Amino acid sequence: MAKIVLQSEVARDFADGQAEHEILADNVRQVIKQLDAKFPGIAARLNDRTAVAVDGEIFQDPFLQEVQPHSEVYFLPMIDAG
Amino acid sequence: MGKEEKQFDELSPNVQANGYRVVGTRPVRPDGIEKVTGKANFGADCELPGMLTGVVVRSPHAHAKILSIDTTRAMKLKGVKAVVTSADFPEIGPKQRGAGEAPVSFRDMSRNVMARDKALYDGHTVAAVAATTPAIAEKAASLIEVKYKVLPYVLDAREAMKSKAPVLHKDVFTKGVDPRPKKASNVTQRFEFGMGDIDAGFAEADVIVDHDFTAQCVHQGYIEPHACVANTTQDGMATVWCSTQGQFMVRNYCATVCGMDISKVRVLPAEIGGGFGGKTVVYLEPLAIVLSQKAGKPVKVVMNREDVFRATGPTSGGHAYCRIGAKKDGTLVAGELTMEYEAGAFAGSPVHLGCMTGFAPYVIPNSKSVGFDVVVNRPKAAAYRAPGAPVAAFAVESALDLLAKKLNMDPIALREKNAATEGTKAAYGPKFQKIGYVETLEAAKNHPHYSAPLGPNQGRGVASGFWFNIGGESSAAVHVNEDGTVEVVTANPDIGGSRASMGIMAAEVLGIDVSRVKPLITDTASSAYSALTGGSRVTFAVGQMVCVACDKVIVQLRERAAKIWDVEVDDVEWVAGSAVNRKSGKGETLSLAEIANVAGKTGGPISGQSSSDVQGAGPGFGTHICDVEVDPETGRSTVIRYTAIQDVGTAIHPSYVEGQLQGGAAQGIGWALNEEYIYDANGCLENGGFLDYRMPVASDLPMIDTVVVEVPNPNHRFGVRGVGEVPIVPPLAAVANAVSAAADVRMADLPISPPRLLAAIDGK
Repeated sequence: MAKIVLQSEVARDFADGQAEHEILADNVRQVIKQLDAKFPGIAARLNDRTAVAVDGEIFQDPFLQEVQPHSEVYFLPMIDAG
Repeated sequence: MGKEEKQFDELSPNVQANGYRVVGTRPVRPDGIEKVTGKANFGADCELPGMLTGVVVRSPHAHAKILSIDTTRAMKLKGVKAVVTSADFPEIGPKQRGAGEAPVSFRDMSRNVMARDKALYDGHTVAAVAATTPAIAEKAASLIEVKYKVLPYVLDAREAMKSKAPVLHKDVFTKGVDPRPKKASNVTQRFEFGMGDIDAGFAEADVIVDHDFTAQCVHQGYIEPHACVANTTQDGMATVWCSTQGQFMVRNYCATVCGMDISKVRVLPAEIGGGFGGKTVVYLEPLAIVLSQKAGKPVKVVMNREDVFRATGPTSGGHAYCRIGAKKDGTLVAGELTMEYEAGAFAGSPVHLGCMTGFAPYVIPNSKSVGFDVVVNRPKAAAYRAPGAPVAAFAVESALDLLAKKLNMDPIALREKNAATEGTKAAYGPKFQKIGYVETLEAAKNHPHYSAPLGPNQGRGVASGFWFNIGGESSAAVHVNEDGTVEVVTANPDIGGSRASMGIMAAEVLGIDVSRVKPLITDTASSAYSALTGGSRVTFAVGQMVCVACDKVIVQLRERAAKIWDVEVDDVEWVAGSAVNRKSGKGETLSLAEIANVAGKTGGPISGQSSSDVQGAGPGFGTHICDVEVDPETGRSTVIRYTAIQDVGTAIHPSYVEGQLQGGAAQGIGWALNEEYIYDANGCLENGGFLDYRMPVASDLPMIDTVVVEVPNPNHRFGVRGVGEVPIVPPLAAVANAVSAAADVRMADLPISPPRLLAAIDGK
């Protein structure tokens, strides 16, 4: 199972404050889909230009990035820059 | 030593080890001659037949309700062709949408371009006029009568958070807090990042330091003010020439703000006289489009310097509180960072990025970073190199300096003991992949600067900094000309030497001389989409696309050679810029130029294109050493020596990389020592010019020494990491730590101007 970590604000709004979750999924899209089944409405927030770090690599606008059974997936704010 | 040997000897060990031929060399910049001879065309240089001049009417109040706008007298003036107000722009819903680098509220953007019911800062646009001459346009602007009801204003984040502060927006309720508030607030959002248990962490600490810090909003200070020309035609098309960091960004923003289809807007980027993040938004372009639509003529609008200061994004200033706990041996056990950033008139400071970056260079098992995004009556904050990170690093790196002194420990040794390495869980969550922070600390420790003796009233400061770096949607095309020269076409304005780096990477992949490669930057109608130039992404991400496009060209070149030799393509290898026939056994070769010469006979044009959402940007770390001399009589601080050290992955063109390090350091030094906005009692800006808003110039600073550390990014063909963001992160604390050491008093409020330092010295 991959370890999924939500931003604290998202966890508070959708998952009773629980930031860490375990999900078996092949990619980020499936992770979001499964989270939404558990916490209705969370997909809209997570799909709204949220970045994801999968095993340390940050993806700015993720969708199909591969997730391994032992991956760590962190949802993060998008990173803008100068 | 011969010339050739010397050139080779100057290449970095990384470049030599990889056997690069062109990467790591220092060819003359492709755009250099045009720029130094004044021939390059910047935003204000565009001229069209029948062009009108646009002038913007700005609010003279920091916060005011707009009661009425009467344009009658202005429209009656001979030569006036159009006037626009908020009534000429469509209303846009509040939902944020993706655009550019980060989520954008187009509602806020539209209201920043043109005020609606309220003017929210001194300089906020309330109307604009287009006329046949600049004088008539100025006169007409003065005839537009705007009636205001002046409201109380607030400029400081902590003041704006108080319950009795004037509230800027009645529809803003703080996000990220529980329970959800029922009262409107200037705090738009609370962010929190962290790990472990900070109470338990501080409980096990032997030593704890804490301090409050303040940093001011500062401007990016690009030399070229915003400027654009818009020309609309009766088929509904708008063509825009402008100074921008992203032509596709301008296209998207203008289309949305003006209520047009994206396909109806074409944007041509001019040369750009600096951006640093400040040209990742639009201010004038939608005004020029709508003025042109109403007048039926092209319209040029140009800001002057005062407009730039009054109405365009500075980066956020704000407050920070930092507390750090450590064991006696210097092992960090807990860190706490609380920050309030000024977003300007609309939500969207980079405080969340400050929260994510502050503790990122360190292994701290228990940390908590909380940030508040606060609206105030200043221009909407815009990106500036490593947005959010410098203020956070100022707090954390100053606190580490305090800790090192309390532990009687060398500040670099303290950082080395706790430095993040590959596999470290970053303070914002994920684990780092290959990074080079430790290498920058080693280079700093071993640099002669660090052991050089100091004189009276002199002090030395050290600080480090981190930035994520980013990739993103990118496109490139490579075309082979009939004579064997090559055009590399990208759609990213060159703000930091990207033409040179694109040319070098193309030459390296194709195996040809870099002088045979012409890098070009094109408009939105001539290239596939590319995200804007920013975030130190272009050499990394667009560079990847250039390499892939070159790969495609090489495939075609091998195919053409195979046809010429009547062999299978697998029998043809591409070696050092030539096709080699492996089947004949005679060492037959065809150069790129020879194949290009007969392209018309072997299948037509040879060209490669590549587009992708490029990921895998390698994080960047830097460590800076600063020596300062303080005049105890006047409070003036003079930087007498400065060394900037940074892991850049691989330096494609080392001179540009060194320039980025020097430029970022200079801007950070200005932030630390000089720069601040001065407002009068009514909240109006008093120092809207470079004489009074004092950025450091060359004569203010010593030559900034650089050390380019190369720990290649495994996710890039040549190991590139972004370069331009990191160097502005450490200077605030490096300078403050140096001044604090020289004056023997902690300087925690920026800028460390002479009066402020003198007061601190006198108050000891």
